[in-house]
Amino acid sequence: MEAASSGASATQTDVPALVYRHALPVRIAHWINVVCLFILLMSGLQIFNAHPSLYIGSASDPSQRVLSMGAVREADGTPVGVTTIGDLRFRTTGVLGLSKGIDGEPENRGFPSWITIPSYRDLATGRRWHFFFAWLFVVNGLAYFIYSILSGHFRRDFVPTQTQVRHIGHDILDHLRLRFPKGEEAKHYNVLQKLAYLFVVFVLLPVTILAGLTMSPGLDAAFPFLLDIFGGRQSARTVHFICASGIVLFVFIHVLMVIVSGVWNNLRSMVTGRYRIEPAE
Amino acid sequence: MNRKSILDRRSFLTRASAIGGALYLGGCDKLSQSPSFRDLLDQAEDVTMTVQRLVLTSRSLAREFPEKAISSTFKANGSTGVDDPAYQKNASENFANWKLVVDGLVERPATLSLDDLRSLPSRTQITRHDCVEGWSAIGKWKGAQFSALLQKVGLKPNARYLMFHCADMLEPGSPYYESIDLIDAFHPQTILAYDMNDAPLSVPHGAPVRLRVERQLGYKHAKYVMRIEAVSSFAFVAGGNGGFWEDRGYEWYAGI
Repeated sequence: MEAASSGASATQTDVPALVYRHALPVRIAHWINVVCLFILLMSGLQIFNAHPSLYIGSASDPSQRVLSMGAVREADGTPVGVTTIGDLRFRTTGVLGLSKGIDGEPENRGFPSWITIPSYRDLATGRRWHFFFAWLFVVNGLAYFIYSILSGHFRRDFVPTQTQVRHIGHDILDHLRLRFPKGEEAKHYNVLQKLAYLFVVFVLLPVTILAGLTMSPGLDAAFPFLLDIFGGRQSARTVHFICASGIVLFVFIHVLMVIVSGVWNNLRSMVTGRYRIEPAE
Repeated sequence: MNRKSILDRRSFLTRASAIGGALYLGGCDKLSQSPSFRDLLDQAEDVTMTVQRLVLTSRSLAREFPEKAISSTFKANGSTGVDDPAYQKNASENFANWKLVVDGLVERPATLSLDDLRSLPSRTQITRHDCVEGWSAIGKWKGAQFSALLQKVGLKPNARYLMFHCADMLEPGSPYYESIDLIDAFHPQTILAYDMNDAPLSVPHGAPVRLRVERQLGYKHAKYVMRIEAVSSFAFVAGGNGGFWEDRGYEWYAGI
C-alpha cells in the first residue's frame, strides 16, 4: 500500500529511487496467502481425486455430469486416461485420469501425484490439510479485509482513477508489448492490475469460499440459502472447482507479470516494502 | 545488466523453483506422516465443530426434497453385505427374528425387534446423502425417531455419546462402528431408518436398520446396526477415535 507515499521523490530526477510500496500487514497477508493457496489447491485436488467428476444440481446424477476423469482400457488392453468435459472426450494419459503413482506404476487417478497433497492417495489426510489451511486462509483474509478498509488501502490503491479508465485500451496494448509504467505512473497499480485485484479479492476468493462452505452438510442446515445461491451441493462443488481454476490462472499471470516487470524489484517490494521506480523517459 | 547475468538469473530461478517444488512435495508427504504435525492439522476439526455448533440450532434441519428429486441410482458404499453367519440367517428370515440391543448407560436396557422399532414414533424424510468422497444422492428414509428410542430406554446422567456397533467388517477383525453425541442424537431428523424409498432397507444399504444423522457426511450413517450403547467416552473402544473411519484419520465431527 502507500503506493503514492514516501519521501523519495524520484519523479523530477532521472535516477532510480526506492519508494515504500507495500505496508507490512499487506506483505504478511500476501505471503500467508501464497502458502495457503498452494496447499489448498494441492490438497483440494487430492479431495477431488476421491471422486473425479463434477455435476450440476443437488445430487451426482450421471445425466448432469459436466466433467469426469478416469482410466479406460483400449481394445488391446492398454489403459488410457480419459477426461470428459460435457460431450467432449480428451485423451489425457499421463496427466489426467491415468498417471504414474509414487511407486512409478500407472494408476487410475484424476490429477497426478506431483500436484496433490499427499502425493499418494489419502483422502483423510488431504482433508486435514485442506481444512486447516482453509481456516488460516479465512482468518488471514478477514484480517487483510479489515486492515485494508480501515487503512484506506482498498479505496486508495484499488479503485481505478478516471484517467486510468479512459486509457484502458492503451494500457492493454502496453501490457501485450510487456511495456510497464515508469516514473510517477509506476508508483500506483495500473488499471489492469487494479481490476484484476478487485475481481480476485471481491469476487473470486469469496465465491470460492462460499461454494466450499456449501459442500458442508452442517452449514447447509444452518444456512439453507447457500444451496439456492449455487443451485445445489454438486453445483457448488463444480463452482468451487471452476473458481479454484480461476485462482490458478490469476496466480499464473500474476507470477508471469512479476517476472517480466522486474522479478527482484517486485520480490523486494513484497518482502521489505521498497520498490524501485525507474525514471520516466 | 548483461545478457549472461539475465540467463544466469533465469536458470537460477528455474532450478530454484524445481528444487523448491521437490522439497515442498516431499516435505508435505513427510509432514503428513508426522504425528505432531497431524495433531496440529487436527486442531481445525475442533474449530470447525465449535463454529458449526454455534450456527446450528437444535432445530436447524437438513434440506428436505420433493419426491421427484429422489436419485434413480443410489450408490451403496462401504460394506454392501455382511459375512457373519448369524447376520445371514437373520437376513434369510427377513430379520423376523433379529433383535437390536440397546444398553450401556441407560436406565432400561432393551432388545427390540424390527416390529418394536416400527411401532415407535416414526419420521419420513427425503434428504441428500453426502459421501466424504464428494458425491451426493437423494433418498427417502423412514425410521424410528432416535429421540423416541432414547426416551424409551432413558439415558443415565453420565451418558454423553451413543455408539453404534455394526455387523459389517470393512477390514478383517475391525467391525464397523460409529458414535454421535447427544446434540445429534436428539435432533429431529436423526432416525434409525428401516425403509428406503418406500421399501424395506436392502442389504447393500444396511438392512435391517441404518442410522440417519442428516447434518453430517455419509460415513456417520452407520449401516447394519446391531447394538446401540450409551457411553460416557469412546476413548477405549477400538482405535479410540469414535468410529471405523475416524480410526483411519477421518474427522469425528463430519459436518464438512
